[in-house]
Amino acid sequence: MAAVVEVRDLRMEYAMGSDTVHALRGVNLTVEPGEFVAVMGPSGSGKSTFMHIVGLLDTPTEGTYRFEGAEVSGLSADERADIRGRRLGFVFQAYNLLPRTTALENVELPMIYAGTSEAQRAAIALEKLDMVGIAQLANHHPNQMSGGQQQRVAIARALVNDPGLILADEPTGALDTKSSQDVMRIFSRLNEEDGMTIMLVTHEPDVAAYGRRIVTFRDGLITGDAINERRAA
Amino acid sequence: MTIKATLRLAVAALVRNKARSLLTMLGIVIGVAAVIVTVAIGVGARTSVQQSINSLGSNLIVVQPGSVTQVGARSGFGGASTLTPEDGLAIAKLPGVAAVSPLATLRIQVVAGNNNWQTSVSGVAPTYTFIRSWPLASGRFFNENDLASAAKVAVLGESVVEQLFPNGDSPVGQTIIIKGAPFTVIGTLAPLGQSGMGQDQDDTVLIPYTSAMQRLTGLTTVNALLVSAASADQIDPVTASVTALLEQRHLIVPPQTDDFQVRNLQSIAQTASQTGAIMELLLAGVAAVSLVVGGIGIMNIMLVSVTERTREIGLRMAVGARAATILRQFLAESVVLATIGGLIGIVAGAIGTLAVSLLTQWPTAIPPQWILASVAFSAMVGVFFGYYPARQAAQLNPIEALRFE
Repeated sequence: MAAVVEVRDLRMEYAMGSDTVHALRGVNLTVEPGEFVAVMGPSGSGKSTFMHIVGLLDTPTEGTYRFEGAEVSGLSADERADIRGRRLGFVFQAYNLLPRTTALENVELPMIYAGTSEAQRAAIALEKLDMVGIAQLANHHPNQMSGGQQQRVAIARALVNDPGLILADEPTGALDTKSSQDVMRIFSRLNEEDGMTIMLVTHEPDVAAYGRRIVTFRDGLITGDAINERRAA
Repeated sequence: MTIKATLRLAVAALVRNKARSLLTMLGIVIGVAAVIVTVAIGVGARTSVQQSINSLGSNLIVVQPGSVTQVGARSGFGGASTLTPEDGLAIAKLPGVAAVSPLATLRIQVVAGNNNWQTSVSGVAPTYTFIRSWPLASGRFFNENDLASAAKVAVLGESVVEQLFPNGDSPVGQTIIIKGAPFTVIGTLAPLGQSGMGQDQDDTVLIPYTSAMQRLTGLTTVNALLVSAASADQIDPVTASVTALLEQRHLIVPPQTDDFQVRNLQSIAQTASQTGAIMELLLAGVAAVSLVVGGIGIMNIMLVSVTERTREIGLRMAVGARAATILRQFLAESVVLATIGGLIGIVAGAIGTLAVSLLTQWPTAIPPQWILASVAFSAMVGVFFGYYPARQAAQLNPIEALRFE
């Protein structure tokens, strides 16, 4: 089975005024199916840029990126959008739910763009809401839910198209400790019980501790890549 | 994505922001409503002008005597006394002519019992009611026998009946005195109302033209010949052939000028419809301006909306929306807004039109093509003014859009 993510010598440069910023200086990483990778590093280390490239939201200046065995660095914007919709699931720090829209409709959104039939959409959305434990809130609007509940809706939304990889960008950044633990337990369970491949960016060590492999970024390079001994067992 | 799915996304987004959607529509609503009301009044006015022209008679051609020059003084049209009933009989034989009636008119005092009234007494042929499309209210009109014998019979207009027989008795069978001669009333005319020029057309007494010429005017000529063409498209050929015939009968050779003048109502009708067309063009201009203003309102709000919903757009892109899908959704939003605004505007315009016609008694009419045009134009405004904001949305960078605060 092909690696989910395989990047080779990934470089990213962009102009900031008269200076050229080297956000990534040659990154190599392979993520196999079923892995739970926590990406750590201080701000400015390049971990967010790396996430954007892996999430096909951005294209690297140099280097190759094979996603699920296929080269994707040369794809058009539309092709990247299609892969994002069908094979990737995003969870953001700010939840990014549509306001004045029920949890169920929020979860259905990726399926609308993927062209799933209407009858199937509601059934799948409800199933995923149940997986994250908030099926009873299906008809609630985001402003009627706590931060932890909103983030669980966002996780359900990331799951609906059975993605090959879930990308979570500081998913607990806006949550209190209790909600953070609830959300991280959901990620752990998705990884362990459903074999979901997860890549999670955080700068909090206790959040990264949920990952089974911890990758550390510094100054645009990977400086650490280790198995999390406590979780690997 | 299908059009239906795109429309549903757009409608869902609009419903999520009800208040803003309604306010955005307002510009288009007011624009379309104003257009409908002004057009309804304009078309109504044009129709009533057209009707009053038509009320003068179907396909009417009027032959009047021309001007004469006597000792250097030119008399103006009607000054020459050259038209005779025989000219009329000759015209009646021309192809394309349905009917001809001479007209010998005189303003004179008419007496019935203790009442008297000055009115216009017109000597005409039995064909006159047909030429003027003027039905009878009671009794009968005079016939060829009455004409041949120059019978002393009269048919009264509504206003004359009111003046001479104020007690409501039927005038039919009664006698009226015109210039000392007793005339028997054999019928009355249905009321026709005011002419396009504001004359009371019902203030008239009709008698056979033979009687009028022998007993009242004492002339061998008449004031005019009324000719009715068989159909509207015969008006021009008949006008030409009447001119040719009369030139021949009156022995007129160039460079002599005609001693008569042939006019038809088509020229008047044309002027009226040209005026109407200019008015409609002006209204279309007003329509365009008001709808453009409404469209700018839509563009304004859509631009604000795109900025406000930057994160939403970023998210939609992250979960698989292509740029073209985003563009179509925002375009659909503005088209739906503009079209619904247009439909509401039509309803508001119809209500406004009704109110105007009830308050002012003006005739109004909403032509269906304007309703269709309003809806189509509103939708076009939506496309035109929605495109720029939609493109702004579609060109957003998803990473920056997701980070947008």
